[in-house]
Amino acid sequence: MTTEAQTTKAIADFRAQVRWQWYEPLFWLGAIAWYFLFPTYLPLGTQILCAALFALSLDLILGYGGIVSLGHTTFFGIGAYTAGLLAKHGWGEPITCLLAGGALAAIAGWICSFVIVRVQGVALLLVTLGINLVLYEAANKAYTITGGADGLQGIEFWKLFGVFDYDIYGRVSFVYTLAVVFVLFLVARRIVHSPFGLALKGMRENWKRMPALGAALRRHGALIFVLSAAIAGLSGALLAESVQFVALDSLGVQRSVDVLTMLIVGGTGVLYGSFVGATVYMVVRDQLADLNPAYWYFWIGLILVVIVLFTRNGLVGALSDATDWLKRRRGGGTAS
Amino acid sequence: MTAIALATHGLNKSFGALKVTQDVRFKLPVGARHALIGPNGAGKTTFINLLTGMLPPDAGTIELDGTEITALPPHERVKRGLARTYQINTLFPDLTPLEAVTLVACERHGVSRQWFPSLASRRVLIEEAYALLAQLGIGDQARRPTRHLAYGHQRVLEIALALATHPHVLLLDEPAAGVPAQESGILYEVISGLPKEIAVLFIEHDMDLVFRFASYITVLASGRVLREGPPAEIAEDPEVRAVYLGTAVHG
Ligand SMILES: Nc1ncnc2c1ncn2[C@@H]1O[C@H](COP(=O)(O)OP(=O)(O)OP(=O)(O)O)[C@@H](O)[C@H]1O
Ligand SMILES: [Mg+2]
Repeated sequence: MTTEAQTTKAIADFRAQVRWQWYEPLFWLGAIAWYFLFPTYLPLGTQILCAALFALSLDLILGYGGIVSLGHTTFFGIGAYTAGLLAKHGWGEPITCLLAGGALAAIAGWICSFVIVRVQGVALLLVTLGINLVLYEAANKAYTITGGADGLQGIEFWKLFGVFDYDIYGRVSFVYTLAVVFVLFLVARRIVHSPFGLALKGMRENWKRMPALGAALRRHGALIFVLSAAIAGLSGALLAESVQFVALDSLGVQRSVDVLTMLIVGGTGVLYGSFVGATVYMVVRDQLADLNPAYWYFWIGLILVVIVLFTRNGLVGALSDATDWLKRRRGGGTAS
Repeated sequence: MTAIALATHGLNKSFGALKVTQDVRFKLPVGARHALIGPNGAGKTTFINLLTGMLPPDAGTIELDGTEITALPPHERVKRGLARTYQINTLFPDLTPLEAVTLVACERHGVSRQWFPSLASRRVLIEEAYALLAQLGIGDQARRPTRHLAYGHQRVLEIALALATHPHVLLLDEPAAGVPAQESGILYEVISGLPKEIAVLFIEHDMDLVFRFASYITVLASGRVLREGPPAEIAEDPEVRAVYLGTAVHG
């Protein structure tokens, strides 16, 4: 084949990665359909979306950049408390509260990034965990500001755009959250298909080689960490707005572990893994909590173990393996 | 006299009590084809790690084009034209060679932290990446994940990644390591086909290849420069024959 033809093919490969796949519109139409199909489950839907966005923020550093974190809820919590505190102290305009939550989380992420980019492996796990624990205890002690273990109560957000009131069925909240999550998903999608996204994959695949190819690894790491922290903060703020409450456990290590679990169950480095993982996790929890609230972590643990042992990359990995297998079988069928 | 591309003065490095680099004074002229040989554990890879900034030296200085770079981080040295390959494949298993080389092109053009426009619209960079792979003879492997490539192709990709940084000093750590003898010649054809302006320092255990492709040889033993000179001199040197040629020669 000529060089010209090969290059065209190569560029087509990169194009194909950016192009929307058939399942993507289906997925988002499904999210819209939820509004009509499950009107009584809109608050659950909103919580799933917030959790998925949070997982997506983790996916950017872990699934793409190869940076592990055991304390990512640091930024989720900062976003939630920022929005909550603003509303409590007289400024309840949802959009600005949301943006403030993201901005403060980004600043916190920027400060943390100075340490984060200097450590790897177990040290990185411990540092992220440590930061999370420090912040949790600080929020716990500062109960005059945060409400401590009781959480931040009595907060009220204003009407969205000054028009739509947060209703008890969670309709406004669901639509608003879905819109914000969709926009941020587009941002994440743009990042992973850009030159920066390719650099992130390089970091994940082999960070040791990157400096030898001229990459300023720490600056790459800092940038994605700040972006990820911002998105985590936005997800926290969104949740605070939809439940009009901030629980102390939004800074709890349990939530850091939960989001990691969701991402692993769904699949890392594939964007939709966050959504699949969060949906499965939250629906299982919702259903099992009715049956037997005490033991539902037993089932989550079991699902996690099974998925890690038997799939290449979570549920999305299993799905794509299955469709590949079907395609090959069909392809083989027509050939013979 | 030709200009010196890369030089070291009194370079020292120890791992605990083990002195792996001892007072190494070294010069690599512009456009050189220079072999670094020595028995296993002589400190050859460590020397490359020092040159490229992957390890800090205990003492001594390193100069690139007459400018001291001893304190520069690795990626800054790459930006100034110093590239290396690895004795053990250090690749991106899930990326295709094309993606990997495009990644390097993005770094070189300073667009690696940009989100706009998308990768697909970086046509020039992708074309450049493909052209390099084709030039090295692995164009037909460009779109498969690296982990599916044959080992020999992976060794070529090692060199392609380094070349994509557009170096004028290239350090090759046993480029043919693990490649069957009949194929290692092909790798060295690639190396000898490199532009004359690039100074090449290569570590190689196979003396046939060393004598075929090097115009100058440095012999390292226990971290010290034992001898240096043109191949004919080195081949005749009794001390070199004793510590190196007589002992651990492998392919
Ligand atoms: N990071 C390290 N820490 C401690 N010792 C090291 C380290 N790296 C290398 N060494 C030791 O330094 C010595 C020189 O190692 P080096 O890898 O430079 O040798 P080499 O000449 O490249 O050998 P080979 O031909 O086997 O590749 C060896 O004894 C090795 O065990
Ligand atoms: Mg070596």
